[in-house]
Amino acid sequence: MKDKLNVIVMSGTVDKLLAMSTIVSGAVAMGKEVNLFVTFWGLMAFKKGAWMDPSQQKLPAEYQEFGPMMQERMQAMGIQPWMVTLKTAKEIGDIHVYSCGMTQDMFGLKLDDLEDIVDDEKGVAGFIAMCEDAEVLVF
Amino acid sequence: MAEAVKQEIDARGSACPGPLMELIRGIKASSVGDAVAVLSSDPGSNKDIPDWVDKIGYELVSNEDHGEYHRFVVRKTK
Repeated sequence: MKDKLNVIVMSGTVDKLLAMSTIVSGAVAMGKEVNLFVTFWGLMAFKKGAWMDPSQQKLPAEYQEFGPMMQERMQAMGIQPWMVTLKTAKEIGDIHVYSCGMTQDMFGLKLDDLEDIVDDEKGVAGFIAMCEDAEVLVF
Repeated sequence: MAEAVKQEIDARGSACPGPLMELIRGIKASSVGDAVAVLSSDPGSNKDIPDWVDKIGYELVSNEDHGEYHRFVVRKTK
């Protein structure tokens, strides 16, 4: 098992973000270093406050009917919003979050427009260089 | 004789990965030799917490089944 996990966060839908934050938590718990590369719709989900704004919570079109049920079950089971889980994981372990520079330009976003959990922006070459000795997951 | 537990964390009502993350936070803040207890009502903890302890190399002092929840005691051995 490699001791570094790199995650490309492409999707901005809550189901994938929730799975991503949970798996990243498990990875840091097990002692892995984690690097996130946040791009496209994933980057939109990292805009300041987007994760707690009900109008910006998205599900894939084919699963939209499950939205209300998921929300109810999450509350009943004590499942934290994905960003809270990710922030807790960053307090505990070695997580770095990089935003995709090109996506930022495309959407006209500055680093300051993103959640504080984002450490810096990076180009694709820089991220790929970090992947040489890491396992890579795509969400 | 019950192990002297330095800190007891009540993570009942919190879902995966909450109880494990709270345990890790508690263990990080404690000293080598201390035992930390965590209460979890999340069924996943019953596998997750022993797996974590095994990987990190600490000691799982006990895992008590209280029906609605489990109480895990973990010693920071290094």
